[in-house]
Amino acid sequence: MADTAPHKPIPVTVLTGYLGAGKTTLLNRILSESHGKKYAVIVNEFGEIGIDNDLIVESDEEIYEMNNGCVCCTVRGDLIRVVEGLMRRPGRFDGIIVETTGLADPVPVAQTFFMDDDVRSKTELDAVVALVDAKHLPLRLKDSREAEDQIAFADVVVVNKTDLVTPEELATIEEIVRAINPTARIYKTTRSGVDLARVLDQGAFNLERALENDPHFLEHGHEDHVCGPDCDHHHHDHDHHDHDHHHHDHDHHHDHGHDHHHHAAPSAIHDVTVKSISLRGGEMNPDRFFPWIQKVTQTDGPNILRLKGIIAFKGDEERYVVQGVHMIIEGDHQRPWKDGEKRESRLVFIGRDLDREKIEKSFLACQADQT
Amino acid sequence: MPTVAPLDLEGHVVAVHFLGDTPFFATAAGEIRRLDGGEKVTEAHNGLLTCIKDPFSASLLTGGEDGRVMRIAADGSTTQIADAPRKWINVVAGGPQGAVAYAHGKSSVVVLADGTVKEFAEERTVEALAFAPKGLRIAAARYNGVSLHWVNTQLPAADLDWKGAHTGVTFSPDGRFLVTTMQENALHGWKLDGKAGEARHMRMTGYPAKVKSYSWSPKGKWLATSGAPAAIVWPFSAKDGPMGKAPLELGTRANILATCVAFHPVEEVLAIGFIDGMILGVRVGDGKEALLRRPGKGAITSMSWSGNGKLVAFGSEAGDCGVIDISA
Repeated sequence: MADTAPHKPIPVTVLTGYLGAGKTTLLNRILSESHGKKYAVIVNEFGEIGIDNDLIVESDEEIYEMNNGCVCCTVRGDLIRVVEGLMRRPGRFDGIIVETTGLADPVPVAQTFFMDDDVRSKTELDAVVALVDAKHLPLRLKDSREAEDQIAFADVVVVNKTDLVTPEELATIEEIVRAINPTARIYKTTRSGVDLARVLDQGAFNLERALENDPHFLEHGHEDHVCGPDCDHHHHDHDHHDHDHHHHDHDHHHDHGHDHHHHAAPSAIHDVTVKSISLRGGEMNPDRFFPWIQKVTQTDGPNILRLKGIIAFKGDEERYVVQGVHMIIEGDHQRPWKDGEKRESRLVFIGRDLDREKIEKSFLACQADQT
Repeated sequence: MPTVAPLDLEGHVVAVHFLGDTPFFATAAGEIRRLDGGEKVTEAHNGLLTCIKDPFSASLLTGGEDGRVMRIAADGSTTQIADAPRKWINVVAGGPQGAVAYAHGKSSVVVLADGTVKEFAEERTVEALAFAPKGLRIAAARYNGVSLHWVNTQLPAADLDWKGAHTGVTFSPDGRFLVTTMQENALHGWKLDGKAGEARHMRMTGYPAKVKSYSWSPKGKWLATSGAPAAIVWPFSAKDGPMGKAPLELGTRANILATCVAFHPVEEVLAIGFIDGMILGVRVGDGKEALLRRPGKGAITSMSWSGNGKLVAFGSEAGDCGVIDISA
């Protein structure tokens, strides 16, 4: 049923990060710098942010499980309520920023913008931005799963407080972030001084824009290869591993030999439980691909934090893009393939306990030239 | 043929109510306009989130982005009931003997006529409040059910449990049933006067959209609801309410969502407002329809009948409001 109001959806930016990572500083910059836009901000607690004229709403983080038997179908009830109220007077702001508490799970926040019809009809999730404290990240990863989830789920990772670490430590932090999330854009900064144009209005969940902004999606060069959590033969046993430890998981690097050993790998990487699976294949048969992705997201949905991909279908002149959060998946034609552009399919899963071998094998079986 | 006197307001209209023969229109910006021998304005809030008619008195109760709870009298004068700085008050309810309830976060608060304040801590955020028709008792809707409190006792709450998020709550006029709207496209009901061991739950499902508007018929025989391309009207006259019975579908339109319903104060006639701004009047007995208003600029958000049942006031999310005279 169509919404009769033809308003352009209001973009929503979700700001995650541990206490002390610099969220408040970044928020204050967004509210005070002259970029010609006004933002409504939803915070868990009024801190030292903003001035009296700003539209700041306090809200308790309230996670609702949907009554459909799916444990990963969670939404934030408070956001549904506040967004409904805000959208009755949309002229007051150009965008909404949701600040989460340090320990918050970003998934219910994001899912609210897909699963609630009212919220979905009026707003559009723009990007999930994670702030990371360069100094304390290794410690955070050791003692919590949330820090890792926030990075794994982000579209943009701002590595903050880089002045508090050595260049070597910073390189390690970047490797860790890349290991958790190979698709996020990473910015290094001090005092949350990232260019706001890299944080706001990203269109990261917009199928038209998401991958257009990143022409090198899944084409990371050799030099930024990061050793994944399963790389080191000698590293500690992770109880979720059900596969052979000697099988390497160099997901985003198919052209890369498996003969290296990162004995000097940063110890924090051992605390990483999220991994990514990057797949690359030829032109796909849609009659195989769609049932396959449905099945994967149904069976592995709870373990999939994000998925993104560009799919080439045989005989189809347009690129097809897909993205997903847990069991929610969206896809659409994006634009015609350009002349000379290699028609191949690329897909990345970020999650836990994913069976790389099985997923890759079944993905490749969807190719059009498979019999 | 009904005639429509239009009233164009700025922005989203949250609620429309009659006090006596005077229609009141409450906008999201916080103004309350009334047509009382000319258009008059009360500045109630800086940002108005809810405005209800107190079922126990001739006044309105409002809550706002400014954290205030107000009572608005028929002459437009205001009385502040509560002030919770920096909280958004989007839940208020009116009770007997001048009691007013409101909620913020995980607290339900009741302010009695003499100013006494009673606060009830809930386990989860309060989504809606309602007073029982008899006795000083409130129901607080929340995640996984409803808590029932006797306002003047320290007894622990009686919990009515049902998994999921409950976003609205209403007692049947005779107090025998309690019904909630849910985050899922469904209603849930409890039979309150059942014997021990008797089935108490009522599930009312099958809606294509969330139920945001509901209205009891004058004697409580029917509960009309929005959330479908028709008004869905559940029968509540039997001992077990709508259990095992199909609802009526009134004013069915192809793919045009009903967004608001309001029963006539005396007759079993239902006004149904739609997402395109159209309003139908439908008689429950034979399903006969009358067009009360053609489609307008925005979805109907609120409707109210005058006490004598001759006028229907309506408001929309685009601000195009009006009063329909059905006696003309």
